[in-house]
Formats: sequence, structure tokens, C-alpha cells
Amino acid sequence: MHATLAETFNLDESRVDWHDGALWFVRQKRDRAASQVPEWESLRDLASQIKNHTLARLDTYLLELEEKAQQNGIRVHWAADAEEHNRIILGIMQEHGFRKMVKSKSMLTEECHLNPFLEKNGIEVIDTDLGERIVQLRHEPPSHIVLPAIHLKKQEVGDTFHEHLGTEAGASDPQYLTEAARQHLREKFIAADLAITGVNFAVAETGGFVVCTNEGNADMGAHLARVHIACMGFEKVIPKAEHLGVFLRLLARSATGQPITTYSSHFQKPRAGQEMHLVIVDNGRSAQLGRSEFRNSLKCIRCGACINTCPVYRRSGGHSYHNAVSGPIGIILAPNLDMKKNADLPFASTLCGSCTNVCPVKIDIHDQIWRWRQTVTAAGYSGFFKRLGIKAMQMVLSNPRLYRFAGKTGRLVLRFFPFLLKNGLNPWYKNREMPEVPGMSFGEWHRKNRTKQEAS
Amino acid sequence: MKIGLFIPCYVDQFYPQAGIATLELLEKLGCEVGYPPDQTCCGQPMANAGFARWTGACDANFLHNFEGYDYIVSPSGSCILHLKEHLPVPAALAAEHAHREATLPGESAAKAAGTLFELCEFLIDVLKINQLDSSFPHRVGLHVSCHGQRMLGLSSMSEQVGESFSKPRALLQMVRGLELVELDRPDECCGFGGTFCVTEEAVSVKMGKDRVADHLSKKVEYITGGDMSCLMHLEGILKRQGSGVRVMHLAEILNFGTRI
Repeated sequence: MHATLAETFNLDESRVDWHDGALWFVRQKRDRAASQVPEWESLRDLASQIKNHTLARLDTYLLELEEKAQQNGIRVHWAADAEEHNRIILGIMQEHGFRKMVKSKSMLTEECHLNPFLEKNGIEVIDTDLGERIVQLRHEPPSHIVLPAIHLKKQEVGDTFHEHLGTEAGASDPQYLTEAARQHLREKFIAADLAITGVNFAVAETGGFVVCTNEGNADMGAHLARVHIACMGFEKVIPKAEHLGVFLRLLARSATGQPITTYSSHFQKPRAGQEMHLVIVDNGRSAQLGRSEFRNSLKCIRCGACINTCPVYRRSGGHSYHNAVSGPIGIILAPNLDMKKNADLPFASTLCGSCTNVCPVKIDIHDQIWRWRQTVTAAGYSGFFKRLGIKAMQMVLSNPRLYRFAGKTGRLVLRFFPFLLKNGLNPWYKNREMPEVPGMSFGEWHRKNRTKQEAS
Repeated sequence: MKIGLFIPCYVDQFYPQAGIATLELLEKLGCEVGYPPDQTCCGQPMANAGFARWTGACDANFLHNFEGYDYIVSPSGSCILHLKEHLPVPAALAAEHAHREATLPGESAAKAAGTLFELCEFLIDVLKINQLDSSFPHRVGLHVSCHGQRMLGLSSMSEQVGESFSKPRALLQMVRGLELVELDRPDECCGFGGTFCVTEEAVSVKMGKDRVADHLSKKVEYITGGDMSCLMHLEGILKRQGSGVRVMHLAEILNFGTRI
């Protein structure tokens, strides 16, 4: 449950302050970067329209992508779900008798739980994004889609590297640690048989795809290995190469406040002697496409801006969302994958709407969170006592006489938000004082001071 | 111009002074203000908890009470937003949850939605006031409530690129002697969030504490805002901290020392 995990996260308040500050810094960088583009808001509009258009003709563009990619010599695979995706990748490894692979950041493979599957089958998988390598060494999931190790302090990274990479005990200088990771990863790059990358944008008209990284690790992997597999959720397709001019401008600015990602690598066809695969994955996306109220969540370009700006995320940490994608976008994607398991997530929000405002493709995130609340309760994923409480509340609030009576007998209407009891069982009172109870309600005051005058 | 005053349930029960200030202020500005006595609630507590399908009777009560007014005005951005967006419940949602228990008089709902105004936007956009005869010689922090700001558009937002403006700020600047502070995070959520304040107690409180700290670091005497629910949350934290800083609804400040 998000609330329980968040409560644990909040036991160390100074750590929460540090976490909040680190992400707020990124949010402010994003604000500065956005404000330097005068046409920022129309760029968002344009991106949103391109994505809406694409989602409305997804089948056409996906088939075009497949055809063009095949013409380029890329082998295209279709995976209905996570399991099929994982089996396709294992199959390619086994077909070549490969045992070692490197992988640059791909939230899709995280969503499909590819690593544990491959490891179970005797394959060594090395995440080559620095943040991802850190959490992989610690056997933790990423806590953020762009900044996977944002929950860790440099001292903790130092301890992890000391344990696994043999750096000096207690060393926490970022440059020293990064250099150690660089040397360690270089060996892995050279030894790898195969490289997996994600896909930020796949271009239907050219059959190529673009991978954005700040570390160049996708390129290092793909250029050294004999086989390159790129994995994409099917919503990553865009119609034309010229659309990259819209999305690449938005992506890095929204994600980290950079004007452009350090490496925006365009893969078009395999080099001589290389084998290139593109795995196009559904894994619940068709279902989401079919939910008209939630369809446009598929516009997401995974920049993480909604996560950085979310005041709840900043104070609860990525792991409290118990899902590969955390934060506001995770809240609206996760229930589609498993409604029961993720029924708590739509309630891990104040509906403040900041997420919707930063979203570069204008997903109505907070409205979708509200709609997921309706959907999960309608599907029966809410407690009996909650339903009872809401029923009682709606009874009182739809009956003026009952409302006045409940109010008179001690301002009780808010008993339904458990504000009333000054004891440890009342979550309001744990860290907040109760509002003072006034002598009379506004309604009573009005009857006394105005209604009589009106009558006379 | 006949105005129906909507006083949200928690304001009615816990902060009648905010309601009285709203009424007095509107009357001083020459409005004819009626208060339908059988009003209760906007229905948001149920809807935001995931039970919009059960607010039919509550919505019907609201519509019945506010029939015939030219404008419906309320000192709450959040309640007004809820009514505007969900009165009636959006058609798509109604279709999906066909087992809703009450149907709404759709036409009167649509009509009512066009006449709904949060107090600040009513003062600025409809009454078009540009001066107030009020004085409040204090150092004040403005808490910008999310629903009023981001969804009703009462002010520009730190996330968006464009010109900055603020209706609540414009009103406060009309008050003599009032000194408005600049916050480090001018529009971060306070963490009240309706039932969120108890279901996600830890995060809610932490968010509230951080908001309060921002105001306190600017040495404010009062924290004001357009939504008493946020202020109630911040007040609870201030009091627990033993702070002497008080919260006051914007209407109370705008009405303060106003002479007829």
C-alpha cells in the first residue's frame, strides 16, 4: 500500500527533505529550460496533437514501421505480453548460444521483469545506465524512470561500489565513483555478446528509431555487440522523422532541464555483420487504447516531468508506488496492468494538477487519476468500511434536515472525515490540532441575523 | 442581479466567519445575496473518494436550492471546481457506471454550471472591482490553492510559460496596509487533498509542514487563501507547532475594516 510505504519513507524527515530538494532542483531546471522557449505551450499542443493523431491510426503506423524496418534489414517481432517479449529475447540469445548481454535504460524491460527472467535462464544481464547499474547491484528496482537511483545518497552509492566494485571504503566522491563504474562497465561492454536498448521514438516513415541517453551507454552497447535488440511499447511510434523536431525539444527540457539529450542516437539499419531486432510490445496497451477515458495516457514519452513536480512523489519516494513506473504517470498506467494490486495508487494524489501542467504531451493526468478512482471503486476494489462511510456521508449530505440535525448535535457533519476524535486513532489529530468548534454554524447565524429581516 | 451564496459544508460547520465575511463583502459591494437554507454540500467528498456515482441526490439537492439565481458564488475554489466539472457527472462516466443511483435534471445542471463563480473571480471578472475600502496592516502570506489556480485559472502557474497574473493577489493588493510576502514555492500543494489528509496522513502532514515553513521563513503574521480546507490543514499544523501565526480566509481580509 502506498500510504504505508510512504509512512515508512517519512520516518526519516531529513531524508525526505533531501529527496524533495533534489527533485525540486530538477523541476526548477525544467522551468528555466521551458521558459527559454517562447513557443513552449504551442510546442506542447503540437506534440499532443501528433500523439493523438498517431494513437487514432496506430495500426496503420505500426504496420508501416514494420514494413520500413524490414526493408532496412531490421528483424521485427511482435509481443502480446511481457512473457512473450521475454521469450523472444531469450530465444535470440539461445539461437546464437550467447550468455552475456548489456542493456541500456528501458522501462519496458523493467515493466516486463526481463532481468530476473533472463538470470533464471543463465544469462548475465548488465544494466549500463549508471543509475540503473547502482540499483541493480543493490537488487532494488529503479525509483524513477529517468533518475533510477535518485533515492540514494552518494555515501550509499559509495558503500555499494565498495562492496561490489572494490572502491575504497567510505569513498563517496562522485567523480571517483563514476570513474570506477566506467572502468567496470567498459569490461562488460567489451565482453557482451548482445546489447538491448529501449526506444524513445520509432519513425514509421523511415523504419528507424531514436534512443536518447546522457551517458552514451546505448551507443556503446549497440556498436560493440554483434546483435542489437531494441524493445518498444507500441505507443512509441511516430509518423514522420520531422516530428522528432517537436519531441526531442520537449523531452530533454521536460526531463532534466537540458536543451537536448547528450546522445540522441538514430538507428536506421544494422551495420555490416550486425543483426538488429525490433521487438514491439503490447502488454496491456491495447486494453488501455480501448479505454476511452484513459487512452491518452499512451501519449507519454517517459520524460518524468510529472514525477519531479509531484509533491506527493517527492515526499514518498518512487518505491512507495510498487510499480515499474512511479509517480503520477505510474498511477494512471498501473491500474490498467493490474487493477486489484494497484487500486491504492489513484488515491496517492492530492489532485493538485501540477503533473498535467508540466506534461509535454498534455496528458490530463490528474483528471485520469480522478477517473481511475471511480473505476477501481466501481470494480469493487474499495474496503467495506469505506463504502459504508461514503454511503452514510451521501445520506446526510443529500438531506438538508439530517445535515442540520447532525450539525446541531455537535458539528458532527465532519465525522465522516474522521476529524472528530482527539485521540491516537484519528489520523488528523496525530500531527495536527482540530479546528475549533464555533458557537453556531453559518446557517444558524444566517437564520438569526438575516432570514428574519428578509421576512419582515 | 440575484446572487445565491453557496457556503460549503465544512465552512458552514467550522468557519462560519468566512461565510459571514463573504456575505457582508458582497452586500457592501451592492449585491443582492440570497442564502438558500437547505443547501448542504457540493458532493466532492464522495466523488473524490471514488464514488461520484453516489452523488446524484446531493447534486439534485444543490440544483433544487440554487434554481433561479443569476450567479452562484462561493468562497471556495475547490467546491466550485467540483460543481463545474461534475454537475452533472460527465456523460462518459455516467455511461460507464450505468448503475448510478439517481439521474440528474441535466438541463438545469448545465445551466447552473455556467453561473458558478469562486469569490475572487466573481469580484474581478463579474463585478470588475478595482478598489476596496478595507485595511489590514499586517504581513500576509497567500496560500494558492490548487483547484482555484490550476483548474479554475485564478492565477498563472509556475509550470506554464506565459504572462503572470493572479486574481487573489490583485484583490489583496487593494487592501490598505497589507504587506504580501513572496514565497520560495509560490504554488506548491499544501497536502490537504480531501480524504488524502487522513488516508495518506504522513505525506499530507509533511507537505503541510513544508508549506507552513515557507510562510514562517518570510515572517508572516497571517496565512490567507481562497480555500478554507487548505487553511484548516495548515492551521492544524501551525497550532500543533505552537505558532502564533493565524489563518484567515481571503474574504475575511477583504472585508476587514470595510466601511459601508
